[in-house]
Amino acid sequence: MPTRQEIALIAHLMRRAGFGEPRADLVARAEKGYEAIVEELLHPEDQPPIDEELMYRILPGYEGALGPPISQADWMFRMVNTQRPLEEKIALFWHQMFATSNSKVDNPPEIGRQIAMFREYGLGKYGDLLVELAKSPAMIFWLDNHGNHDGAINENWGRELLELFSLGVGNYTEDDIKSAARAFTGWTIAPKIPRNPLGRFFWNFEYKPEDHDNGEKTFLGRTGNLNGEEIMGIIVDQPASPRFLARHLYRFFVADEPEVSSWNSTPPNDPVAIDVLVDAYNESHGDIRFILRVLFNSDFFKNSLFARVKSPAELIVGTVRMAGNYEGFRPGFNNLALECAWQGQELLNPPSVEGWHTGAAWIDAGALMRRVNFAAGVLGDISHPGVRAIVDRVQSQPNNSAQTMVAVCLDSMGPLQVSDTTLKELLSHALKGGKLAWNTPEEISSSEDRVGKLLALIAASRDYQFA
Amino acid sequence: MATTSKDPVLVILQLTGANDYLNTIVPYTNGHYWDARPKVNIPADQVVPIDDELAFRSDMDQFKDIYDKGNMAIVHGVGFENSPRSHFRAMDIWHTCEPNKIGTDGWVAKVIRDLDPIGENVLKGVNFGQGLPRAMTMRGVPITSVNHLATYGVFSSVSGINSQDERTQLLDSFARMYSPAIGSGLTMEYLGQTGLDALRGADIIKVAPQQYSSTVEYGNTTIATNLKDVAQVHLADLGTQVFYTSHGPFDTHFNQGGSHAKLWMDISEAVDSFFADLREHDASENVVMMIFSEFGRRVRDNGTGTDHGAAGVAFVIGDRVKGGMYGAYPSLKPENLTQGDLEPNYDFRGLYSTIVDKWMGLDAVPIVGGQFEQMSFV
Repeated sequence: MPTRQEIALIAHLMRRAGFGEPRADLVARAEKGYEAIVEELLHPEDQPPIDEELMYRILPGYEGALGPPISQADWMFRMVNTQRPLEEKIALFWHQMFATSNSKVDNPPEIGRQIAMFREYGLGKYGDLLVELAKSPAMIFWLDNHGNHDGAINENWGRELLELFSLGVGNYTEDDIKSAARAFTGWTIAPKIPRNPLGRFFWNFEYKPEDHDNGEKTFLGRTGNLNGEEIMGIIVDQPASPRFLARHLYRFFVADEPEVSSWNSTPPNDPVAIDVLVDAYNESHGDIRFILRVLFNSDFFKNSLFARVKSPAELIVGTVRMAGNYEGFRPGFNNLALECAWQGQELLNPPSVEGWHTGAAWIDAGALMRRVNFAAGVLGDISHPGVRAIVDRVQSQPNNSAQTMVAVCLDSMGPLQVSDTTLKELLSHALKGGKLAWNTPEEISSSEDRVGKLLALIAASRDYQFA
Repeated sequence: MATTSKDPVLVILQLTGANDYLNTIVPYTNGHYWDARPKVNIPADQVVPIDDELAFRSDMDQFKDIYDKGNMAIVHGVGFENSPRSHFRAMDIWHTCEPNKIGTDGWVAKVIRDLDPIGENVLKGVNFGQGLPRAMTMRGVPITSVNHLATYGVFSSVSGINSQDERTQLLDSFARMYSPAIGSGLTMEYLGQTGLDALRGADIIKVAPQQYSSTVEYGNTTIATNLKDVAQVHLADLGTQVFYTSHGPFDTHFNQGGSHAKLWMDISEAVDSFFADLREHDASENVVMMIFSEFGRRVRDNGTGTDHGAAGVAFVIGDRVKGGMYGAYPSLKPENLTQGDLEPNYDFRGLYSTIVDKWMGLDAVPIVGGQFEQMSFV
């Protein structure tokens, strides 16, 4: 039987590399050992995929006015029910870093295809991923590369590629942006089928050699008739690239960091950790799987329990996975997607190309009220199977004291670490009701109710806001 | 600045999904209208004429009354250049006043920031609906967003809270869990403060329904419920100066007739009840309501509905509003249309500027991002 500490560490890994796991599954995982679990996570292709045909039958809204909510619901379903947690988590990571927004693209299924591309390439080589990104029709439209022509460049894609997707401010010149833009002329979208009257259609990447600027370009010190692939090749070999990517990975998987826009003036909180990730990048030529292996097995990761504010997606998916109330195909995934938007993270529609502001920026009074009410509402409902399992676990304890109830609930919800302030209040709340009793139907009903209320209170705590 | 005895209040009603301008303010004597709308039109016997050229659709009869009393400005041809036909992009532009790039800060949030720079009153701006519109989003500007006033509050989602006593106990526990904890770290402290803010906002706002009584009976519609909630909070005098709510869906591509009629019937009835309610409590003088939609709809109908267009119509309503028509109805002549749509002739930021400057008494330039032609409706 794994120790409580081992389980806590696996729980931490699953919250970060996935969306959390119910307590019972954690025990099974912990028995395999930490490093074996990391390997399993890093190889999603070894686990069963989502049944795409069934998915299309359940959520068939790839065209028409229902597009946006259905595409978001589709991703919610995958996050909740996937057996490949890191595949979905890494897709969310790239969606955050390469933020592409429906507010302009207005084709959610097409952004959905970009997300699918992240699933496929997201754990591979960074350079390959960048080339795929440049070919993503949603990205081309989002950053105007379809308007980037030989002799009449549009710099939008070239600029954001360097500023937000790879090097970061201060590591390139305005001339480099122009060269990058010129190198990506002719990377465009094939003529689209009009949306009316039949609805939305997928777009396709098209390379138009006749619109490509074949002139000599100088990009980050290299001169030649450079094309897009070569630009990406140069980018991934720049020393700024691993550093920039390492900070993104650290912020998403390890601990909250200052906003990206301040990175060229604010040093990382843990420079040593960044160096470790940079070394892993260099050693592996930008192999994301390799870098993540180093990250998940590092001490700085293992010591970062509850060091990040959960994003709305993490809070919502983690909560329903714990409660078990969204297992398998069933109605309501669109509601989860809407809830995510109402908490401030509308999937497929980030606020700008900078992605969402994370950490404490997720929290304002309105968002916190929603987070608290959502989690307390779900985890306070003892009719959900996962909540029921916690109630049963409390009932099965030889000791029926209020203290035991608090300890078992905290353990089952994480194990969740709480501050002294929170623990003191949870105990004082629980002690008001005295010992639990499970003999008569009235006692059972009253005790179940008390466990439910305690779970709601824990879900409402500050501590539950952290992953 | 408008001189009212109380602070100016703005109520914004967003018509989500793109309202059909042509079937709202109907150019009923214009031959081009009848040419372009063989199927989706308002028949001549169902309009309420304003003058020889324009008419309200008859389901909006309360709007006609408000207009006749001189309390409604109809602002024609509102929109912006190169209007995108995408709901999302167009609504973003309305919300952020950034037509040329992706903006993140909402114009309403900037109004609230300027009204209450240190964020003293968490109820300075209140949204009624699910989630915040981007117009109200800006870091550091606290906004209260209420789904339904009667049940608003921490733990409103938890079933089986059996007594007021039990609810109070849970809320007290919540407050203690969020109380300042020395040395807990910046984020923990910030969370604590924010949690207590949320609790305080909910605590203050819950007096609104308790204090409220009125002889006005609102209809049983979503928009009536939301405007009644606005009225309750306004009447409770909690210092709220901007209210926001939305209604829809106005995206009438198919079977427009009945659904568009119902939307306007509900809105005009609810707006009328709202102002009647405020007048009954002598609280209407300092309130102005602005109604807008992200764009209008295509001039030519598609057989049963209408597709996305460009120019739209806005309404500004209130006791202090100088009623009448402002601006010009865009030309319906086929040669004057852009991609088959009415060409906007009045920048929406001029509409905002007029309200921000002349009604709210704030400098509009930093809020809407420049100087725009103002009108004289307030």
